[in-house]
Amino acid sequence: MTAPLLDDPPLRPPGEDGGLRQTFRNRYLLRLLVRRELRARYKGSLLGLGWSYVRPAVTFSVYFSVVGVFLGMGKQIEDFPVYLFSGMVLVNLFTETLHSTTRSVTGNAPLVNKVFLPRELFPTASALVSLVHFLPGMVILLGGAAAAGWRPSPAALAAAALGFSIIVVLGLGLGLACAAVNVFFRDLEQVIDISVIVITWSVPMIYPWTHVREHAPGWVLDAYLANPLVSAVSLFQRAFWPPATGDDFTLPPDLYARAGLSLGVSVLVFLAGHALFARMQRRFAQEL
Amino acid sequence: MTPSIVIDDVTKHFTLRHARSIKEMSVRALRGERLSDRFRALDGVSLTIDRGETVALMGLNGSGKSTLLKLISGVMRPDEGRVLVRGRVAGLIDVGAGLHPELTGRENVRLNGAILGMTRPEIERKFDAIVEFSGIGRFLDDQVKFYSSGMFMRLAFSIAAHTEPDVFLIDEVLAVGDPPFRERCLERIRELRGQGRTMVVVAHDIQMLIGLCDRGITMRQGRVAFDGPTAEAGALVRADRQARRAAAALPDGSSSQIPKST
Repeated sequence: MTAPLLDDPPLRPPGEDGGLRQTFRNRYLLRLLVRRELRARYKGSLLGLGWSYVRPAVTFSVYFSVVGVFLGMGKQIEDFPVYLFSGMVLVNLFTETLHSTTRSVTGNAPLVNKVFLPRELFPTASALVSLVHFLPGMVILLGGAAAAGWRPSPAALAAAALGFSIIVVLGLGLGLACAAVNVFFRDLEQVIDISVIVITWSVPMIYPWTHVREHAPGWVLDAYLANPLVSAVSLFQRAFWPPATGDDFTLPPDLYARAGLSLGVSVLVFLAGHALFARMQRRFAQEL
Repeated sequence: MTPSIVIDDVTKHFTLRHARSIKEMSVRALRGERLSDRFRALDGVSLTIDRGETVALMGLNGSGKSTLLKLISGVMRPDEGRVLVRGRVAGLIDVGAGLHPELTGRENVRLNGAILGMTRPEIERKFDAIVEFSGIGRFLDDQVKFYSSGMFMRLAFSIAAHTEPDVFLIDEVLAVGDPPFRERCLERIRELRGQGRTMVVVAHDIQMLIGLCDRGITMRQGRVAFDGPTAEAGALVRADRQARRAAAALPDGSSSQIPKST
């Protein structure tokens, strides 16, 4: 039952083979970790994974009835439910990624300081769990968009892919950085939770971007449009919201140029977050 | 002999923070107390362990045994000096760290096996052996949180004992479990030893270590105080224990020679 020790591996420092590459090479463990996190999240609940539908459904209903109906946004924006929901699935993906990756290393403290594993496994698994939660929302969005008269086209799919890439790359990059920093300053968890509120309202998801242009000074609009999340959300609306293909002012100007730039910035953020994580993880075990 | 673990003049410091929040920090600062203390957990430790050796690491609490084990496993990095290891390291360092209470025994075997470095085919191949050894039997599909602590430990040990690494680290795990299971654990460790694996064992049961290991290392305040026959290393630890007990009995607190229990 045993493998004899015939080969002669070299002497080397333990704990060196970490990093994201090693994380993805270890796909089996990553999958088990994702399953464990899903199981732990819904432990002992009757609805189980069903809760991942309830949460966005409630958020959606609140925004739709208050902003769409009471505040009259539904009259200003055609197909407001599709507009709202196409932004919401993406924003939820981003905020959930950020929320759970930030806690991923501290939440696995017993493992991190007992067994050597590539530590990138934990934030990566958390980000993948967010993607699992993103899928049902995506299915509902496609159904809603189709009901509103949406038909798939290459341009729509390209816009969706670009918006999705910005969110995933930026989310994982920021998530890696936050996970590492949170080991040393637990305050970050609170900061992230609060910034989720800001993120929700700083993208054109509940209101159109034109309101910023009309009611705020020019530099605010410039800053607003420079936000990669704004580009990503607009791209998703371009992809799934039928009126977006119509007149010129429904979507921000130079959307694709901004989006390309946003993707570039996201990649840089990702590289920086990855490097920061790799540096700081050496001191994780003694800090936890 | 081929060296399996090389520890070359390794020093490790820890910073013990007394205050974490701004409030605590300002209170301590006003009182003139220290915000943090730095202490040396390991102080210029050098060791070479050859392949196939079974080494007992002994010493009082806080003497640096567990820190040394963590450096060998790669969980921590040395501040100075270097640690080199040949081949795959796995360990029974506080078993159960990888077991998740919400998962069933079956799922935990797979998850913990993968955490300890086994590949999927390897786990499937050894699955039955692991379950058989642990004696979990019909509880395999129950959530681990309903297990008794004995069952929990048995499952954890069983998974780790089937990982077959080149270097096997064992920390304080043989102290638990009922006597028959403990006997089986020791048997399994002897079996692994017979296959030429390198083992480093930390335990407080000196008698058991003497029976199991060919070499004993006694640690004292982060230094290697003795390296040689297990029986002699054990005798030194017993002497240390008595000295500490005697110091604790004295009212003037002259225990500065002996590290405090952590």
